[in-house]
Amino acid sequence: MDVNKNSYTFGFAAIMVIIVAALLSSAAIGLKPFQDRNIELEKKQNILSSVGIVTDRDGAEELYLTYIKQELVLNNKGEEVEGSTFDIDLAKEVKKEADAQVLPLFISEVDGKTMYIIPLRGKGLWGPIWGFISLEDDLNTVFGAVFDHKGETPGLGAEINQSFFQEPFRDKLIFNENNEFVSITVKKGGATEGSMHEVDGISGGTITSDGVTDMIKERVSRYIPYLEQNKAVENDSIIITNLISQVNG
Amino acid sequence: MGKNSLFSKKNKSLLTDPLDDNNPVTVQVLGICSALAITVQLKPAVVMALSVIFVMCVANVVVSLMRNFIPSRIRIIVQLVVIASLVIIVDEVLKAYVYDVSKELSVFVGLIITNCIIMGRLEAFALANSPWESFLDGLGNAFGYGWILIAVAFFRELLGAGTLYGYPVLEKLGVYELGYENNGMMILPPMALVTVGVIIWIQRMRNQKLIETN
Repeated sequence: MDVNKNSYTFGFAAIMVIIVAALLSSAAIGLKPFQDRNIELEKKQNILSSVGIVTDRDGAEELYLTYIKQELVLNNKGEEVEGSTFDIDLAKEVKKEADAQVLPLFISEVDGKTMYIIPLRGKGLWGPIWGFISLEDDLNTVFGAVFDHKGETPGLGAEINQSFFQEPFRDKLIFNENNEFVSITVKKGGATEGSMHEVDGISGGTITSDGVTDMIKERVSRYIPYLEQNKAVENDSIIITNLISQVNG
Repeated sequence: MGKNSLFSKKNKSLLTDPLDDNNPVTVQVLGICSALAITVQLKPAVVMALSVIFVMCVANVVVSLMRNFIPSRIRIIVQLVVIASLVIIVDEVLKAYVYDVSKELSVFVGLIITNCIIMGRLEAFALANSPWESFLDGLGNAFGYGWILIAVAFFRELLGAGTLYGYPVLEKLGVYELGYENNGMMILPPMALVTVGVIIWIQRMRNQKLIETN
């Protein structure tokens, strides 16, 4: 047999491709459930870490049930709608028209403090970035933020998933004194001293940093109707107590 | 093979040569890219080494089995397809069972495909030798690569972060109380190069025949 004939070469290539395709697709399908499970646990882990609870992936499931008291789905008027909060795919939602989007919101209670967790999704330099930002019960003060990315530049933009970048978000405010939504800006060259609305950017990671700014602004702004409505409510301590007992009940 | 036993002298040297005299990293200076990238900590280095051992052995054996059927004009493509398929399988398995490690290795798993050590062994050895010899050659070279990787990661993690495999060794030994501080530079890529350089230096001190004469 002449292995260097053209027909043989083509035949060999064709058969090889079919075998490899079958092999790889069966591996991908067979392992998918395990991979999805990991992704789900990681999401829970990230939600928890935005409210300051650090856990490994194995412990995430249990702690999630303990601390996340409520999962809401909102429309852009701030009204609750039906749906499974956890399964909302933000990647798809952000592409829709504003009034067609559904907005997931997680409410957690840690040491008697209620916190509101808003999932984020935006664009970095090379691909998607995402994260969670948690607000304290004044619906203004940031309690924590976590970010992650698909493929930002290692050592530069990729650093958004490090704690040195995430920690400064704590105690920043998303509304100014006049109660206008200003969001939080990741500032190139460093935050203005004493600013309640800025954090330090990452040198060399400006586009990713700007992506984080845009992401927070775009995503959190969608929740303004809900935040405004509930801010008024939060001042009423009786309703808070009711809410908490309702949540616990 | 015939009169050669499974572990004839020649076969043994296939396994042991790449560990020292013909080390793919320190003597042939191949696969440096990944040696710099994933040696900040021991754990990813160990996983990378294991992944390369798997990919290299299987790829060598597969290509060796097919060596009489591979059309020579597309042999490089065939080699790449074999390597790439194996790497994708490794990647999928890591994602399913050791998710953290897979995140840590991220793009570097894909980079196994471009690791010139693997392509080099397929082209230079597996295409012309029997499966068993190819297996030994693959194992030897992957170990040669792996032990350098792990050695570099050992020093970088120990001196850079004071931990080994995530365990705070130096803290337990109490050296921080004596005023010792971690050397942050060890974590940066250039120090991997320096560490590899030091290993090459020590190796050549011990093994004089590696020293080139002009």
